Amino acid sequence: MSSVLTYLIVFLIGGLICSLAQILIIRTRMTSARILVLFELIGVFLQAIGIFEPIKEFAKSGITVPIIGFGASLAKGAIEAVAKDGILGIFTGGITATAGGIAAAVGFAYLFALIFSSHSKKT
Amino acid sequence: MLKKVGEHTIKFTMPPKIINGYAIVGPKEGESPLAKYFDYILKNDTFNEKSYELAERKMLEQAIFGATDKANMLSTDIDILLSGDLLNQIISSSFSARQLQTSFIGLFGACSTMTESLAVGACLIDGEFADTVACATSSHFSTAERQFRYPLELGCQRPPTSQWTVTGAGCSILSREGKGHNITHATFGKVIDFGINDMNNMGAAMAPAAADTLCNLFKDTGTSAQDYDLIVTGDLGKLGSELLIDLMEHHGYKLGNNYCDCGQMMFSSSQNTFMGGSGCGCSASVINSYILAKLDSGEYKKVILMSTGALLSTTSSQQGETIPGIAHAIVVEKGK
Amino acid sequence: MDKEKMNMAYSKFVENRLPKTKFFPSLLWAFLVGGLICCIGQGIFDSIGAIFPSLEDKVVQSYTLIIIIFLASFLTGIGVYDRIGNFAGAGSIVPISGFSNSVASPALEFKREGVIFGVCVKMFTIAGPVIVTGISASILVGIIYYIIGLF
Repeated sequence: MSSVLTYLIVFLIGGLICSLAQILIIRTRMTSARILVLFELIGVFLQAIGIFEPIKEFAKSGITVPIIGFGASLAKGAIEAVAKDGILGIFTGGITATAGGIAAAVGFAYLFALIFSSHSKKT
Repeated sequence: MLKKVGEHTIKFTMPPKIINGYAIVGPKEGESPLAKYFDYILKNDTFNEKSYELAERKMLEQAIFGATDKANMLSTDIDILLSGDLLNQIISSSFSARQLQTSFIGLFGACSTMTESLAVGACLIDGEFADTVACATSSHFSTAERQFRYPLELGCQRPPTSQWTVTGAGCSILSREGKGHNITHATFGKVIDFGINDMNNMGAAMAPAAADTLCNLFKDTGTSAQDYDLIVTGDLGKLGSELLIDLMEHHGYKLGNNYCDCGQMMFSSSQNTFMGGSGCGCSASVINSYILAKLDSGEYKKVILMSTGALLSTTSSQQGETIPGIAHAIVVEKGK
Repeated sequence: MDKEKMNMAYSKFVENRLPKTKFFPSLLWAFLVGGLICCIGQGIFDSIGAIFPSLEDKVVQSYTLIIIIFLASFLTGIGVYDRIGNFAGAGSIVPISGFSNSVASPALEFKREGVIFGVCVKMFTIAGPVIVTGISASILVGIIYYIIGLF
């Protein structure tokens, strides 16, 4: 697959997912936290029923960059860890797989909170 | 002699006078169509303080001291300070009062506090319990935002029915003697809830309360909308004002060109505030600048000032409660 | 009840007068910004892959997300992300950068309340549900797969 086509697909899929969320926001007045939770759970579900990987093969970052990808990693981690470690994997799998993302979000937020302050809003 | 007329209205026998007003607003409000009427416009909305709460407090203090200065008074000449704001436990008001050597009564009526304090102050003076009363309120966009909504830096869109909390404070000095505009009547509102639970649609939640108070005022005084040069509500916003006009028509009163809303007047349509301004500071700054100026110039002779408030808290709205509204009205006539 | 009927009638009355969000422009912005962020992600992914060809895809993927999270926290810190969010809406919420923004923005906002009770406590006021539901869901998936594995 040529790289231009890859990027086009990434753009279209990523954009479509976001516009779907935007429709939900406008129609149901959902808050951003609810949107994040909903799309994360969609990711968990897609991974759990095993269709996330084929979509990922096709859509690449178009599906892994949205929070759906985060949800899918949680589920994938749990599934793989259960196969390897049994019951312990139920608990360790999800967080282990997403540890990088959570730690980065927390660490950088902490760092930048020490450096910067909230800015006044104009619009 | 009972000073009550009708069911909800008080008629003052010795009308207390608004001898002075002081309005201070933030930088965004400083770009509003009313900018030239404000006494002081902040260059930045932190007011050179460390936090937005401190900035709001400083604004309120400046409004109180500014109003007493303008009246050639000392802050010690004030008998009682009546003040309120939007923050939990009305900290801006009580912490500002810490700077004053006067009695303090803290009021909470959400955004309706400005006319609530004027009405209570007028009662105190007409009842001969005080000579001079200062009525002040404040609000700040950034303190309200973090308390009621989201962090400032969160990337989300404001819904089209939302209003913009005005960064501003205002103070009126009421006195028994002196030169000023007379408060002739006051109508304390009832708490009215029509079952609106959308926190981003305060105008709709407050409009029924405003309609109720206004109807009571008209009924009790035997007047109608045509008898006033101006009827001004606090912060109903665009949608809320339209609803009020419809509700009043339903009750048989027609609000015409003499009706306007401080929230709508505060911002021009290019300022991206959707329905307009809101907050205690909205009616406080408009009443104490623009409306007093128009009374001074004689353009208005008899006006109704009615601030409206949505009495919700973050807890009540998270628990799915509906939003009760309230509105207090006063009638002000131009003094000699 | 009479009161309920009146409230219903009023709600309906209000509903009819609600201003409408401009549907298509907001949708278009969400589409464009969302797509763009995903493309940036793909760009980072491809670059890392090209510079370090020995890395596994999974590892490169993790680095990509960490870099996006870093960029989003930084943009939140300098006060740009909320402006993007203002016109992009879901376009900047749904990508992982929106998650990062929702962690960083309360951390910045409540700095004045101190590091412990401000930054640390408030950090998860918005992102908390994402982590809690995500982890709970992964445990549920783990249990289901464990039970399936028994047979």
